[in-house]
Amino acid sequence: MSRATSLVSTDWVLENLTNKSVVFVEVDEDTTLYEKGHIEGAITFHWREDLQDGLIRDLISKEKFEALLSKSGITNDSTVVLYGGNNNWFATYAFWYFKIYGHQDVRLIDGGRKLWELKGLPLVTEVPTRTAARYVAKERDNSIRAFRDQVISSIGIKNIVDVRSPAEFSGELAAPAHLPQEGGQIKGHIPSAKNIPWSKAANEDGTFRSNEELAELYKAAGVDFAKETIAYCRIGERSAFSWFVLHELLDLQNVTNYDGSWTEYGSLVGVPVAVGA
Amino acid sequence: MRTCGATPVGPDLAGVDLANQSVIQGAVLRGGVSDGVPNGLPVDNAYVRLLDSNGEFTAEVPTNLEGQFRFFAAPGSWTVVVLAFGAREEIKVQAEKGTPVDLVIQI
Repeated sequence: MSRATSLVSTDWVLENLTNKSVVFVEVDEDTTLYEKGHIEGAITFHWREDLQDGLIRDLISKEKFEALLSKSGITNDSTVVLYGGNNNWFATYAFWYFKIYGHQDVRLIDGGRKLWELKGLPLVTEVPTRTAARYVAKERDNSIRAFRDQVISSIGIKNIVDVRSPAEFSGELAAPAHLPQEGGQIKGHIPSAKNIPWSKAANEDGTFRSNEELAELYKAAGVDFAKETIAYCRIGERSAFSWFVLHELLDLQNVTNYDGSWTEYGSLVGVPVAVGA
Repeated sequence: MRTCGATPVGPDLAGVDLANQSVIQGAVLRGGVSDGVPNGLPVDNAYVRLLDSNGEFTAEVPTNLEGQFRFFAAPGSWTVVVLAFGAREEIKVQAEKGTPVDLVIQI
């Protein structure tokens, strides 16, 4: 759990393209980009079709996760290297997901698909054939996941970090500006939350800022590193990105991702809500 | 490709509730002539970022196969930043409901 063990560079990827113990997985909400071209040897997971239960709003079960990884030829010993578009939102969500199910060695490509493309690095369209394996997941580790009742009881007590854009935080927009405006039933934010948009943790090319810059970013916004921290956004992906920054890069303990996020909180009856900057 | 007239440069607007959405969209083209008329080759692997009036990041989308992109923004001042292999462009725009901002961006 540090920058050295959780993050890899594009150079590292180029050096490990034929490393048999490494499995590259492109994760996104839209796998048409994968079809257009992907890193050689990479397979793809679709955020909704592969990683959402579909019937209830939750992660897929342990058994389904085991089946997905087994089918994909991933073993418990594999080094799983994730990347994606959307500034790695869905890839960091998958990283958090792999940690919930106890995968030992999972890493993220710094800069994700964007940096790879901006550097003009090669993409292929060939879909690899992987031999099925047997994957055994651990029981869910909910110490990195927050649920609504924990969030409500944390108002004014723990650090609550809203990683959405300022316009979503203030209640002006219900969703990011490139998406149709749908979200919770109402707009606003969880009282006492600090608005630290996920994007402030990233450089323009999609790489993460330095640990010194990241620590300063959160401290300056009023996050007390001695306390527990809950990150949330609209549907839990952008907050997985910020969870990755706090838990993996800055190596802070007691950081959770509230994946119910604003689509859940903003639809709850009777809970406190704040608006404005 | 060289077209002119009422056809939007960005994605087709059919089905978009323009009365209630302020749309910023366009196309990124490489190797053409910067005269406001779409020409050149579509850049299907550019990244388009939308910054608010304070320069704060708001959203980012990749271009589609036609080099097009679209944002649903709030009315007001925005900056569109285009990132692509070997190129970076920045354009200030004013979004409003009713009339989409439709940009031709040459790199």
